[in-house]
Amino acid sequence: MAVQKLPLAKAINESLRTALDTDPKVLIMGEDVGKLGGVFRVTDGLQKDFGEDRVIDTPLAESGIVGTAIGLALRGYRPVVEIQFDGFVFPAYDQIVTQLAKMHARALGKIKLPVVVRIPYGGGIGAVEHHSESPEALFAHVAGLKVVSPSNSSDAYWMMQQAIQSDDPVIFFEPKRRYWDKGEVDTEAIPGPLHGARTVREGTDLTLVAYGPMVKVCLEVAAAAQEEGKSLEVVDLRSMSPIDFDAVQKSVEKTRRLVVVHEAPVFLGTGAEIAARITERCFYHLEAPVLRVGGYHVPYPPARLEDEYLPGLDRVLDAVDRSLAY
Amino acid sequence: MTVDSTAAARTPRKRTAAKKSAKKSPGAGAPDLVQLLSPEGRRVEDPAHAEYAAFVEDITADELRGLYRDMVLTRRFDAEATSLQRQGELGLWASLLGQEAAQIGSGRATRDDDYVFPTYREHGVAWCRGVDPTNLLGMFRGVNNGGWDPNSNNFHLYTIVIGSQTLHATGYAMGVAKDGADSAVIAYFGDGASSQGDVAESFTFSAVYNAPVVFFCQNNQWAISEPTEKQTRVPLYQRAQGYGFPGVRVDGNDVLACLAVTKWALERARRGEGPTLVEAFTYRMGAHTTSDDPSKYRADEEREAWEAKDPILRLRTYLESETDTDEGYFAELEAESEALGLRVREVVRAMPDPDRMAIFENAYADGHALVDEERAQFAAYQASFTTESDSDSVAGSGGN
Ligand SMILES: Cc1ncc(C[n+]2csc(CCOP(=O)(O)OP(=O)(O)O)c2C)c(N)n1
Repeated sequence: MAVQKLPLAKAINESLRTALDTDPKVLIMGEDVGKLGGVFRVTDGLQKDFGEDRVIDTPLAESGIVGTAIGLALRGYRPVVEIQFDGFVFPAYDQIVTQLAKMHARALGKIKLPVVVRIPYGGGIGAVEHHSESPEALFAHVAGLKVVSPSNSSDAYWMMQQAIQSDDPVIFFEPKRRYWDKGEVDTEAIPGPLHGARTVREGTDLTLVAYGPMVKVCLEVAAAAQEEGKSLEVVDLRSMSPIDFDAVQKSVEKTRRLVVVHEAPVFLGTGAEIAARITERCFYHLEAPVLRVGGYHVPYPPARLEDEYLPGLDRVLDAVDRSLAY
Repeated sequence: MTVDSTAAARTPRKRTAAKKSAKKSPGAGAPDLVQLLSPEGRRVEDPAHAEYAAFVEDITADELRGLYRDMVLTRRFDAEATSLQRQGELGLWASLLGQEAAQIGSGRATRDDDYVFPTYREHGVAWCRGVDPTNLLGMFRGVNNGGWDPNSNNFHLYTIVIGSQTLHATGYAMGVAKDGADSAVIAYFGDGASSQGDVAESFTFSAVYNAPVVFFCQNNQWAISEPTEKQTRVPLYQRAQGYGFPGVRVDGNDVLACLAVTKWALERARRGEGPTLVEAFTYRMGAHTTSDDPSKYRADEEREAWEAKDPILRLRTYLESETDTDEGYFAELEAESEALGLRVREVVRAMPDPDRMAIFENAYADGHALVDEERAQFAAYQASFTTESDSDSVAGSGGN
């Protein structure tokens, strides 16, 4: 049966399983990925079936994990490494930014670094500090890296396949609060391109652009807005580097209004780039300035305040109203 | 094992096979383990460890009862926090069950003017430093990311990113030395943390600058699901040698030995003799945190074997058999323990959610124009729910 209903985490698990099965060069590495199957169970059962040489529990050292993955890639392997939580990628940030991102260019294109760095990211799970951050802009800003985030099970399955097959390093942000959301996965479908945005709901009055955990929020917003007689289009960006500006432009030329939604701080974030580009491309189509809804320029707050910090239905609807009021 | 290079070239060598033999944690039961109180609750006299034993030679029965009380109350506090998590009052809890002796012994070895850099499980050390235990619960409840003023007890905030604080401790100790003060610094971390680059760098810095810092590694045998042999092939205390300072392994379930060895290391630091690595060989009896399920990776028999080495039990046996501690003492302590549990529960349940404007507090010490702007927008947005007529005046977009 090619079509299955799977939680997002399980879809990634199936995708990793397929990759391990089909390519002996694929390796899984990270803290607790073996017996435990990862703290979110994304790698559950893989070590049991593929052994400790393919699914490797590493020492507790993120710089070590990414640095050795680079070496393994230089030797012809395709490592998929897990960073346990968003806030713990920073010990590896040096390796990712100064080495992983730049080595291909440094070698005049003679070497390839097919490393996937999986990062469960984002808030909404009531966690303690460093377990809820959205640092995607910090990675998208670095040339040489590709940065993607699925919002549903099918994309999780297929984008992981594509990321592993990519000869470039891919930072794969997994929306941890959607890990348990179920969706259909067709393992025989022909997937769209890894970096293509997708319109997940058609509309005519305004475009909402989001990715990862916020796509679901935006679909809820569109449903709520419909009850008030407003027709919103929702575009799932899927990739933050590169960004499919053509798809966003096409939608905005139709709706003439754009609101970008992400959990990460608005200041110098992905939304800022989209706002600037779309303003440039669609200046004469726009009926309102591009608005952004996201986090504030403050440390991610303690769990009991995260609902104030994270964009929710009301805050997005408020931005929609403001845009439509122009 | 000899390696036939031609054969090796033909067939891939199974290099990981060697590890399979290393079932036990490296160096388990090594003779160098400093122990002053056996699991059976008897004093251990080993001439090789006389230098450490000297630090507790004159310990009185009252002081021993004090250590016992600290361990019992810390365990009670920890158990209360665990059940508060189960009841939904805390989002998460990292239990110290089994590590009481390592924490109370080392914590009681510090002086008021020493400075402590904990990780996130040092509830017993916090207790010794006089931090109100209920202050430790705010971050686990999700109402703050810290919860106490580090300078009021010289007990730094909990650090969640593994190993970071060992560098802070080293830098602080470098400052202490620059100031010509005779206090010392102690940094706590786990066996898993020993793999982090920051920890290696803190060893390097502290050795090079002869910083008055004690690295106190609680080797509780596990880093979530990974046993110590996934972090190291040599006993952790032996690492120190490569950096040029002493490393000592102490029985982490023996409060006397932990007290003695830590005092010894702190004294060295005060005398200007530089850093020491203390490895407290102990065991995490519970789950890593309340989110963890050790049955996925750990055999029950292992925990049972360690229960026989329970730090509290062995001191109790000693107090009962070798000192004039009577039943009344234990009964009183039991009552005190219950009272502590009750207080903790009440304080936590009454702990209010922070005001929503708190999001914008303390991002900067000097203030920041962007934060001010976002705060104002947030306030106006919130106000729009109560006074609908004002909603038209909500302007701006950034930060929403
Ligand atoms: C840099 C970093 N990586 C990963 C984590 C997630 N994590 C939290 S605790 C832990 C295990 C720590 O083990 P150890 O250092 O032995 O201390 P213990 O919790 O056993 O006391 C891990 C992997 C983290 N907090 N920080």
